[in-house]
Amino acid sequence: MKHFFTLLSHEIRMLLVSPGTYIAATAFLAFMGFIFVGILESYSTAAQDASPAQVFFSLFFLPVFFMVPLLTMKCLAEERRLGTIETLLTTPVTTTEVVLGKFGAAYFLYMLLWGSTGGLFYILKKFAGDPRLLDAGPLIGGYTFIAVSGLFFVAIGVFTSSFSRNQSVAGILSFVLLALLILGGRYLAGVSFLERESLRPIKEAVNYAQIFSHLDDFTRGVIDTRQLLFYASGTVLALVFSIFAVEAKVLHS
Amino acid sequence: MSDPLPPAIEVSHLVKSYAGVTAVSDISFTVARGEIIGFLGPNGAGKSTTMRILTGYLPATSGSVNICGVSVATQPDEVKRRIGYMPENNPLPEDMRVSEYLYFRGRLKEIPRRKLGPRIDEVLELSDLKRVRHKIIGQLSKGYRQRVGIAEAILAEPPVIIMDEPTIGLDPHQIRLVRDLIASLRGRMTVLISSHILPEIEMTCDRVLIINQGRVVAQGTPADLRREILGHSLYQIQLAGDFDALPALLAALEPTLRITEEAESGADGFRTFGLTTERDDELGEALLGALLAKNYRVRSLTRTQPTLEDVFLAATRRSWDTVAAPQRAAK
Repeated sequence: MKHFFTLLSHEIRMLLVSPGTYIAATAFLAFMGFIFVGILESYSTAAQDASPAQVFFSLFFLPVFFMVPLLTMKCLAEERRLGTIETLLTTPVTTTEVVLGKFGAAYFLYMLLWGSTGGLFYILKKFAGDPRLLDAGPLIGGYTFIAVSGLFFVAIGVFTSSFSRNQSVAGILSFVLLALLILGGRYLAGVSFLERESLRPIKEAVNYAQIFSHLDDFTRGVIDTRQLLFYASGTVLALVFSIFAVEAKVLHS
Repeated sequence: MSDPLPPAIEVSHLVKSYAGVTAVSDISFTVARGEIIGFLGPNGAGKSTTMRILTGYLPATSGSVNICGVSVATQPDEVKRRIGYMPENNPLPEDMRVSEYLYFRGRLKEIPRRKLGPRIDEVLELSDLKRVRHKIIGQLSKGYRQRVGIAEAILAEPPVIIMDEPTIGLDPHQIRLVRDLIASLRGRMTVLISSHILPEIEMTCDRVLIINQGRVVAQGTPADLRREILGHSLYQIQLAGDFDALPALLAALEPTLRITEEAESGADGFRTFGLTTERDDELGEALLGALLAKNYRVRSLTRTQPTLEDVFLAATRRSWDTVAAPQRAAK
């Protein structure tokens, strides 16, 4: 892991000097601000059960769907398209270090973007003056959920990028995988076919992978190790597959 | 250099096949330390594949490769510390500055931070890149990009440098610069370069390795190859007279002297012949005397130096003819 930090700092640096990052960040914040304003408007007309933070985080999948593919689709696909993966892998660097460096940088930016939405809550606190609107619990829980689930989502993005030398293919693939994971789970939970006794294990697996119910638990302050394990194992699996994909592509190039 | 050290590159019975296609079949060669060796071959001969295997980027199907006595198959990390590699087409990141790129690569190649700054300055000076050190690589012209690739390969002062077509796309002035740069490494580093530009190879390399269809078809110094592939000496003669009696006359003079080329007679009755002999010493005077004694009218006689290009064409043509036959070139 000697080169991990060299690679990570290089990747982060490249992200921070690229104008595309700032455009994406601005668009992201504008979009999140729009959602936030929408939520506050509904609060101003009628009292709601959930706190604004809870509603805000329940819409986490919208930015995930477009931000994660955008942040990660370039990372390995571009190296392969330019052929720089060859110069990279002929230095004393392992594939694992390369993949982890890319993942680390993408995750760093992902968290930076989400972290910047904290500004919305700060503005709310400063100008609303109503402590009921700002409950610290869901806020901390929500951000913890974003941080933990982000590992898995970004790893999926890195994985799809390791597949193709075409960025758009990688982007679309990661969008589809994320949609399947996040919305597909919710859909399967409602399918009556799985209610049969013989399909019980499948039903249990589907319930275990309910990302929306994980979010509910996190915002209520329940941090279940099984859920942490779900994201940790998913992240590790996706990254291991990315490493294999990079190496396999090298073998067959 | 000194004998107890293992050779810089040692390849034995290297085979690489992809999905049924054999790109490299049974290549063996050795490169001594400090030697500059040229790697020639037509497109698709297996040059790039061999180079990639040498760097540890691709695994070999069978056979062994040792770089400075370290096996590529079992200790790829150690091998990667001993080589500088510039791949085909010289891939570079588009959005970095030249000095930034070299700094990043230097860190990856484990050059200590303290030494890296001075070393980058040195390399930029060597490859004449000082003026563009703060430019973004994506905006550089081809010649500069090529030199950035070379600068990167020699950055960590590895004992072995492998460059896949380093002079491709350069103008004559830049080619000369690159040639001088490579020549300046002679004795200090072992350099393996592949190229299509044959005079280039001839001028810079101590030894040439010609491969075709995954096999070594010839190897040796350019002078050795000439002798081996094309026969010893070539003469070109322009004369008029009795052409039918000429072969007998030549055989009487020197048994190995043969006509290998014959042009059409010109309007004035003169004809140009290409002659080959295995005799290495000067035959011109005897030949001229014998021809004039038989009343031939001789207009010109030159001893021609075959270019490496002729050697290359002859060697690769021979290997096309005898694809299955065992190679004879390896002495």
